[in-house]
Amino acid sequence: MADVRGSGNAIPSKAVMGGGDAGFVTTRLEELLGWARKYSLFQYPFVTACCGMEFMAVAGPRYDVARFGAEAPRFSPRQSDLLWVVGTVSQRQAPALRRVYEQMGDPKYVLAFGTCASCGGFYDNYATVPGIDKIIPVDVYVPGCPPRPEAVLDGLMLLMEKVGRGNRGEGLVAPPREVPAMAKIRKKGTAVYFGQERMREEKALTEGAAPSVAELLEQSLAERPVETITLLSKDGETSKKSHDDHH
Amino acid sequence: MSKKVIERLKAQLGGKILATSDFRGDDEAVVAPKDWLEAARFVRDDADCAMDHFIDLTAVDYPERAQDGEGPRFDVLVFARSSTKNHRVRLKTRVAEGAALDSIFTVWAGASWAEREVFDMFGITFANHPDLRRILMYPEFQGFPLRKDYPIEKTQPLVPYREIEGIDKLPPFGPDMGQPWSRVDWNERLHGGDVQVSPAIGTQQGQRPSLSKGPEYLPDETPEAE
Repeated sequence: MADVRGSGNAIPSKAVMGGGDAGFVTTRLEELLGWARKYSLFQYPFVTACCGMEFMAVAGPRYDVARFGAEAPRFSPRQSDLLWVVGTVSQRQAPALRRVYEQMGDPKYVLAFGTCASCGGFYDNYATVPGIDKIIPVDVYVPGCPPRPEAVLDGLMLLMEKVGRGNRGEGLVAPPREVPAMAKIRKKGTAVYFGQERMREEKALTEGAAPSVAELLEQSLAERPVETITLLSKDGETSKKSHDDHH
Repeated sequence: MSKKVIERLKAQLGGKILATSDFRGDDEAVVAPKDWLEAARFVRDDADCAMDHFIDLTAVDYPERAQDGEGPRFDVLVFARSSTKNHRVRLKTRVAEGAALDSIFTVWAGASWAEREVFDMFGITFANHPDLRRILMYPEFQGFPLRKDYPIEKTQPLVPYREIEGIDKLPPFGPDMGQPWSRVDWNERLHGGDVQVSPAIGTQQGQRPSLSKGPEYLPDETPEAE
């Protein structure tokens, strides 16, 4: 199994352990567990605000989150694996959210659904937690106000990728999709315009640098057929460190 | 529409009505704090007013008005409507910081929670209120968040923020995804820019005057009944 080890952030090697006629598959235990976990993310929906409407759309038959094995809600945190924080969390709610998170059994994952859960959104004030990552660790951020169901599924697939690797590292941001209508409101002098300028500058600074984890994952998702099982061992030191950070 | 109410108020309460206005059809009567309860009771009980529907009670903070000696700091407003006559009126009074206003929950029971909210947000106290404590914020909260001098970026977390590197980072994505505008503004200023997106921040930083000290109400400017 020496050759299946990925190095650092590189794209994981794609070794398929064939089954079929042979009737058995060999893999490492943690890979198998990760593979099993990622298709059975029992959810605890912590739904507080308008993002809940999109959450319902995701859970409904049209977008059908059951395809990913993530449809079963458990209204006890002790039975759930994935905490969906859907909507704005106020300072007054923060202890409840913290408590729900603490009651979940390991391994547990958190998905910040929408801008408010990710960073507080435009509720930049005395009452609102500016992102649930101030209180509990977050695995995937899904941007959008509220996010489209497709964006949520992007985020969920990103999370599944992460779960499958057994990696509890830094939170990932589901890749944003360009919205053509937004280009119209990027008028000079607006906050949106300046935000865009800033993003462009920052992007220019990082040009030539190593691609982010999210970019790598996006690439690897595009390259890989869905059925393939990836074998990727943990990157010893870094993942251990980030695991400690995480808890 | 409710001109009749204003006229009735003036006729019945006389000098207790300090001023009236009807900007865009919203009729308003200003009374002194000591006449607050009486005016509220009058508009409810009087047969011509019959304001049986309490809509809202709220307040506005004009700190510069008190600093410049132009009057008390807060405006307190109550909005009332008549369900039988379908007219509405706004009663207003001016309250100084630290002064107590009579509670009008005996007139409209619904005012009780609204007064608690005004107490919670502005720190205005109401005399004879049955249960005056915070209604939205938590008991540990210090200060009154809707006062103009409450620091605009100040939060008082109940759960201490996690102690990890980069916890104060900007949101992980751009303004298309709803990045808060005041943080864009703030970040811009940190980098020497001059974007002024949030007037409230500029006011607190002393970069611009606040927009208003509230409408002027002087007795000699009181419009006479037409």
